[in-house]
Amino acid sequence: MSDLKAEEHQREERVLGGWPAGVTTYRIGETWICKVDNVSPGATVARGRGKTRQEALEIATTAAARRLAATRVHR
Amino acid sequence: MSYARPDSLVTTAWVEEHVDDPKVLVVEVDVDTNAYDEGHVPGALAWNWTTQLCDRHLRDILPRAALEELLRASGATPDTTIVLYGDNNNWFAAWAFWQLEMYGHRNVRLMNGGRTKWLAEGRPLSLDAATPTRSAYVVPEVDESQRIFLDQLRPLVEKRAVYLVDVRSPGEFSGEILSPPGLPETCQRGGHIPGAASVPWATACNADGTFKSRDELEALYGGKGIADDKPIVAYCRIGERSSHTWFVLRHLLGRREVTNYDGSWTEWGNLVRAPIETGPQK
Repeated sequence: MSDLKAEEHQREERVLGGWPAGVTTYRIGETWICKVDNVSPGATVARGRGKTRQEALEIATTAAARRLAATRVHR
Repeated sequence: MSYARPDSLVTTAWVEEHVDDPKVLVVEVDVDTNAYDEGHVPGALAWNWTTQLCDRHLRDILPRAALEELLRASGATPDTTIVLYGDNNNWFAAWAFWQLEMYGHRNVRLMNGGRTKWLAEGRPLSLDAATPTRSAYVVPEVDESQRIFLDQLRPLVEKRAVYLVDVRSPGEFSGEILSPPGLPETCQRGGHIPGAASVPWATACNADGTFKSRDELEALYGGKGIADDKPIVAYCRIGERSSHTWFVLRHLLGRREVTNYDGSWTEWGNLVRAPIETGPQK
């Protein structure tokens, strides 16, 4: 059986591009992974990988903020 | 009270015990395979919803021949127990479950909690792609009784002879947004099908991704007036979130007549002269 597993798993909520976003980070082996979802309905908006948590976070949150900010509101 | 069809679910612990079981095929299903590539359940295959589980030309489920080829390439036989899991509370895994059921595969399960729970529990992961031995699976004709099309739905809506469950987010239901935040718009107008109840799909899940208890689910849908005396139709934007709710209503709550309207809001919301309602749930 593999020794790999997700470690240092964290989830927090932020506002990105004006919308609530769930930011999940964890490490698998030497790779840090960040996934950003849009909370409601929970779709994945962006992912990022890096050698550090900060690097993965930066990649994913930058892309997510750009995509979320493009959402049009019809009132 | 236990679920109506408890065998439709397996736990993460059960899956870890069966990763080497030749009668069990574990498949990670997601909108793409990016998450799978980062690490997956050892021995699991990846099915890509976008490229392997839809007929994008016809905007349809997979035709029989394509599903047959996918199952053969995956090494499945009619006796294989297929365990599906994925990210985001098994969002896309539920679509695969719905499709496999329509094509008559009886031994199909969802891993309760999906990828999120597996990772959070620190269970083993693999970076190796599985290499299954090709099978000779013969897929039967499709049974589309778990699906509803526009021409079947429209008279039911007009006669209010159906419970409509809109499983999108409240903002999509009201018409404030035309798609989930950050995703492409696919329709011309916002709102919902007249008479629909708003029950966002993920409200059926706990924070760890597992399904809520049967009593909690009964209260959730019952509280929105969804009984069992009329057909129930679940819909979302393109039919994948609603396959998750279809699973809950059919397999966990045992509702008698539940269908997934996979045309969903992308179809109804774009129809000329189709009635709609806007605003939040009343």
